[in-house]
Amino acid sequence: MLHTESFAPTPAALAQPALVPPIECRHCGSPVPGMLLEPGAEQQFCCAGCRSVFQMLHAHELESYYQQPRGDADAPQPALTTGRDYTELNDPAFLDSFSSTNGAERSAELLLEGVHCAACVWLVEKLPGLVPGVTSCRLDYARRVAHVSWAEHSPELPARIAQTLDRLGYPPHPYRSGSRAEIERREDRALLLRVAVAGACAGNSMLFALALYAGAFSDMDPALLGYFRIWSVLVALPAVLWSAQVFYRGAWAALRTRSAHMDLPLSLGIVLAALSGTLNVARGHGDIYFDSLTMLIFVLLSARYLQGAQQRRAEQRAGSAQALTPHTARRIAEGGAVQVVPAESVPEGAQIEVLAGEVIPVDGQVVAGQSAVDRGWLTGESQPEAVSPGSSVLAGTTNLAARLVVRSEQSGSATRAARILREVEHAALHRAPIALLADRVSAYFLVGVLGASLLAFLIWLPAGIATAFETAIALLVVTCPCGLALATPLAVSSALAQAARAGLLIKGGASLEALARPGWIAFDKTGTLTEGQLSLTEWIGDESVQPLVKSLEAQSAHPIARALVQALAGVEALAVVDFEQRQGVGVSGLVAGQRVSVSAPHAVPVPLPEWAHNAVERLSRAAQTPSVVCVAGEVRAVLGLGDPIRPDAVATLLRLRGLGHRLGILSGDRQQVVDALVERLEQAAGSRLFELWRGEQSPEQKLAWVEQTRARGNVFMVGDGVNDAGALAAASVGIAVHGGAEASLQAAHVFAARSGVLPVLELVEGARRALDVIRTNLAFSLVYNLLAVGLTLSGHITPIWAAIIMPASSLSVVAHSYRRRMFRSGS
Amino acid sequence: MSVLFVAVPIAVLLAASGLVAFVWATRRGQLDDLETPPLRMLLDDDAPPVETVSPPPR
Repeated sequence: MLHTESFAPTPAALAQPALVPPIECRHCGSPVPGMLLEPGAEQQFCCAGCRSVFQMLHAHELESYYQQPRGDADAPQPALTTGRDYTELNDPAFLDSFSSTNGAERSAELLLEGVHCAACVWLVEKLPGLVPGVTSCRLDYARRVAHVSWAEHSPELPARIAQTLDRLGYPPHPYRSGSRAEIERREDRALLLRVAVAGACAGNSMLFALALYAGAFSDMDPALLGYFRIWSVLVALPAVLWSAQVFYRGAWAALRTRSAHMDLPLSLGIVLAALSGTLNVARGHGDIYFDSLTMLIFVLLSARYLQGAQQRRAEQRAGSAQALTPHTARRIAEGGAVQVVPAESVPEGAQIEVLAGEVIPVDGQVVAGQSAVDRGWLTGESQPEAVSPGSSVLAGTTNLAARLVVRSEQSGSATRAARILREVEHAALHRAPIALLADRVSAYFLVGVLGASLLAFLIWLPAGIATAFETAIALLVVTCPCGLALATPLAVSSALAQAARAGLLIKGGASLEALARPGWIAFDKTGTLTEGQLSLTEWIGDESVQPLVKSLEAQSAHPIARALVQALAGVEALAVVDFEQRQGVGVSGLVAGQRVSVSAPHAVPVPLPEWAHNAVERLSRAAQTPSVVCVAGEVRAVLGLGDPIRPDAVATLLRLRGLGHRLGILSGDRQQVVDALVERLEQAAGSRLFELWRGEQSPEQKLAWVEQTRARGNVFMVGDGVNDAGALAAASVGIAVHGGAEASLQAAHVFAARSGVLPVLELVEGARRALDVIRTNLAFSLVYNLLAVGLTLSGHITPIWAAIIMPASSLSVVAHSYRRRMFRSGS
Repeated sequence: MSVLFVAVPIAVLLAASGLVAFVWATRRGQLDDLETPPLRMLLDDDAPPVETVSPPPR
């Protein structure tokens, strides 16, 4: 989730199948890992975060948190407390970039991680009681954004607020897109107002229409009749002139670009019905359709509002991941004092300190320290790279093992990460749009309706020009594609809502349609097909030395060491003396009086026996990292470390192929690693899976391949790193999977909140079902329209028929859209 | 029936006042977040804080 933590196994991952029934964490309810159990303690915790949150709540007498209703909570989640001090928030310039002030009070929106249930609302809104000076705190649960206001008097307050939220288990992030959020909110409200006005007009129109229909059967007073007809016009006007502008604008845009859009026949119907109705009221006779018309505007606007709300929610939740590069850097001043400064303003040549586990804030060169750097986010390489003085490091990569001092070369928008982001924006802007099914249908529909009107005019011409004209207009009005225009937005908003409950955030209806069609699916290997984490895959040789290995590796923070400690969780650790770690070589030390080393094969001081030599060869061919265990100068075991395939990957890939998709891998990893992975997957599947696999792909190469292939057909790109972001944005559908960097989430059209390949299959299958619903909806409304055309041509149409047919067609579309299960939820 | 000539404008005015109230609420941002208020209503501020220290039932 947080990429600063990507090398530290999450507490949930540490939880081994316990020997005793699992004990639940006092704070979050997750099982407590065996190694953290404290015998005899009254409260058990799954991690340090949960313990500190519990203590914080206890100290402030806020324990009724545990008794608050949870609502529809997500799965138990350990507290995310980071322990950072957030002093950068006190920097006035930085503060101004994300907050606003009225002189006495400052307020800001903070995006909170870790918000997962109703009780979180309760706890977060207790903030004014915890931090003196905070005047109010409101949490928007759906957006995970807290709106905090505080008194301006204390310059230390912003950091204290952030620290407190962090200690409560909700690490805050300044929400930088404040202005964008404001614009969206304004647009949202404007559309809602249009819906409201249309609704009020429709309701009142209906009242007058009902009186008029009743009056038609009971000899209404002609004066009253005229009066009611005038009111019908007046009441309908705001809807026609203001609310329906949304459709007129769409129609005008479609006309200018000469493209088909559902708004075109809609606007034609609305304008004609309104004009002929007003004319008939002025003339004092003739049919009026204001009730059907306003209802139509209201229903269609509501559907659009719902669809828009679903899409925006998906976008907001997908966009609320952590920022790619840190906001701050620890600058080492002249005297050696460390000062936290905004990352954008680090000058060239300044020295920056980066602690183990932190994300590097600038592009630069290592001056001091030896460590390993995870460059996966930028390049797609799965293995960490060793760095020492003189090595270059990039902003956005994670320092894994030890403290580094880096001399800054580029910062802010000049970094490689920022350049990739600009490419992503470019790709997103220049992506060819997808022609929507409803819009393609609407082109035929428009031609059909105009043809039918002409036919009606010709058929009724013998009865006089006036009658023929009336009939033609009536036909245009009653065939106004209400159901047709509803078919897509309703099905889409229902599908998006169901998908969101299943953890798949789809940002638009166009993606849904593209997903339903077969095409290329290109995977970025890291994290989708494999577990994305080093782990012990093979232990060749003597297993009795396991305690020695574990004792040694427990001293190190290197990814290999962590993988081994995790794999040997059930093994007892012994005391180690004389521990030594050499970068790129391995570790050694004295355990139980014996010299033990775990190292790369080339660094073993004694010649390898034949069995060990063969094992090392075999592991290297399979793109595994071999390590050799020596005890007292004797080779005892060879360990293979690799990235295991996800258990569900093979079956899912086979099913995707069965659905007619072509599969490919575009990875930033070494070609050898990709080859080995494909071989392993295809061996497990027992058949060919991939038609294309390439390693060592730069972001530019991925983008080029996607653009090229897209010119010939449908391409889905599945990825998680920043290095995929351009390709994700350019693909027909870019799918970012769980754990991805913010850039990829924003570039992608779909965000799967679960990791692995299975969400991709669910997306494809769900989208196919959703498109089925859209097709059935379109068929429904076409049948109703044919019925209306038949009635008109035979001269039976009256406003009352229109008032029956239009809602009937809309209702069947609504019912069908909301009843069908498209995405399985809560799996 | 002539009462209708007076009653209808009054009815329309009433409807319009409802609309104005809605517009006011929307502009004030009362409809921006439809998810948190129903949750907030469930939360109990008067829960006694001290009684809950005992460990959960195992």
